[in-house]
Amino acid sequence: MKIGIVCPYSWDVPGGVQFHIRDLADHLIRLGHQVSVLAPADDETPLPPYVVSAGRAVPVPYNGSVARLNFGFLSAARVRRWLHDGTFDVIHIHEPASPSLGLLACWAAQGPIVATFHTSNPRSRAMIAAYPILQPALEKISARIAVSEYARRTLVEHLGGDAVVIPNGVDVGFFDKAEPKAEWQGGTIGFIGRIDEPRKGLPVLMRALPKILAECPETRLLVAGRGDEEEAVAALPKEMRDRVEFLGMVSDEDKARLLRSVDVYIAPNTGGESFGIILVEALSAGAPVLASDLDAFAQVLDQGAAGELFANEDADALATAAVRLLGDEERRTELSERGSAHVRRFDWSTVAADILAVYETVTDGAASVAADERVSLRARFGLARD
Amino acid sequence: MTVTLIWIVVALVAIGLYLSWTAGRLDRLHTRIDAARAALDAQLLRRASVTQELATSGVLDPAASIVLYQAAHAARQAEEDHREVTESELSQALRAVFGEQAQVDVVREAPGGEEAADELAAAVRRVPMARRFHNDKVRAARALRGHRKVRWFRLAGHAPFPLAFEMDDEPPVALADRPGT
Repeated sequence: MKIGIVCPYSWDVPGGVQFHIRDLADHLIRLGHQVSVLAPADDETPLPPYVVSAGRAVPVPYNGSVARLNFGFLSAARVRRWLHDGTFDVIHIHEPASPSLGLLACWAAQGPIVATFHTSNPRSRAMIAAYPILQPALEKISARIAVSEYARRTLVEHLGGDAVVIPNGVDVGFFDKAEPKAEWQGGTIGFIGRIDEPRKGLPVLMRALPKILAECPETRLLVAGRGDEEEAVAALPKEMRDRVEFLGMVSDEDKARLLRSVDVYIAPNTGGESFGIILVEALSAGAPVLASDLDAFAQVLDQGAAGELFANEDADALATAAVRLLGDEERRTELSERGSAHVRRFDWSTVAADILAVYETVTDGAASVAADERVSLRARFGLARD
Repeated sequence: MTVTLIWIVVALVAIGLYLSWTAGRLDRLHTRIDAARAALDAQLLRRASVTQELATSGVLDPAASIVLYQAAHAARQAEEDHREVTESELSQALRAVFGEQAQVDVVREAPGGEEAADELAAAVRRVPMARRFHNDKVRAARALRGHRKVRWFRLAGHAPFPLAFEMDDEPPVALADRPGT
């Protein structure tokens, strides 16, 4: 099958959506499909052979932060050329409702279009105002995918309609087979995420840490992620600061080894998560998981069956749960086993099969994707010669 | 005076173009509903055929075979207005027979059973997908048809009012490898 995938965010900036598209493309290519990814990228960035650049993304303030987006005449022309050259059986657009390549592709294409909605933003005034503009473009989508039940709910609320839920994929084997590192083992708690992004929840964990250390003084906290380390431990009593180790940005291999090594992985995120891929990675590595009870997290953890949940932003509840887990090896083994069994459904082999099933459902008997030719005025009034 | 006239003509032409564009948009929506309905029919038919094949294969016990055969037969023969009911009954029959993993394992062990089981698993998972995609299109068309401009100017023409396909399409536990889809 010839598949075209549209990535809305810059290929050179790491992010969840980009990684998802990269892994999906790799997996589909391994299954023998022809894949082309259209993504914004600087002209100098080295790109994998299957990625086509749609030009540089422009930073603009959008939705409360500065987003790097592609729009305008030139980008639209590149989208059309890509559609025309590709003669795809199906195109798969990510984030079609964000004002970037996704929306442009949706506007310019006709034929089988699959769209994945990743985010779950609360309903914004801009979205309500944009609704009449978006609707004609979004009507062209033949199949909608939401990455979680939570993302699906937001989609239904914002835009109406319905979607099937297919979660993000993870290469379970990669995490499962990683070697644990001896220096990261022995009474360790893991945290992975941006240090200076409060929604990732490190401050909550820092508030809980004194209580955890009071009960289990041998515990160490390993933090992997970018940000200001001094500031992160500022609220902590001086004598406890050496129990926190910062590993900085880690490679994918080290991330897997870290998750294999820790006794408990803690995800204290306070919001803004629509899926929680990091939890799936931790479960793949067999780490017992303790996470805040965000909707998306509760769903990934099977409502608490595959990992423990604590009340969001409640440092005391976090501390109590962490102390209980650290002291109960039997429970940790049980969680690890249940997590490993539960996580199979997020493996790329299952997820990609589902996505392919969607492709096949919409392409059955349909013509291939083409650029949407605007009907000329003469044709519309029946005056065209042919 | 002339200027006013020109402006009126310009406004009328603009309104006309907008209405024409909306009618085109509605027409394309109806085409997409037809395509989605065809895809849904294909998936339903596929599910019924695989079920019937399994029911007549002799792999399952006679009671289960009769239940499945009866349900699949009814689903395939159903009149258009009974379709939703008979397809739902087929879903229920499949759930009753393949509620246990052991039953699926029995099918897989039989010669050629591996493919049959995979095909059935694919079919029971694609029916809900195709149905959601179809109903999603129906919803979009109904939203547009409910709009004033479409009602006042009868832009929908004689196209029948699109109806959603409502049925119970919950796949059997042992065949669905994931809940919620």
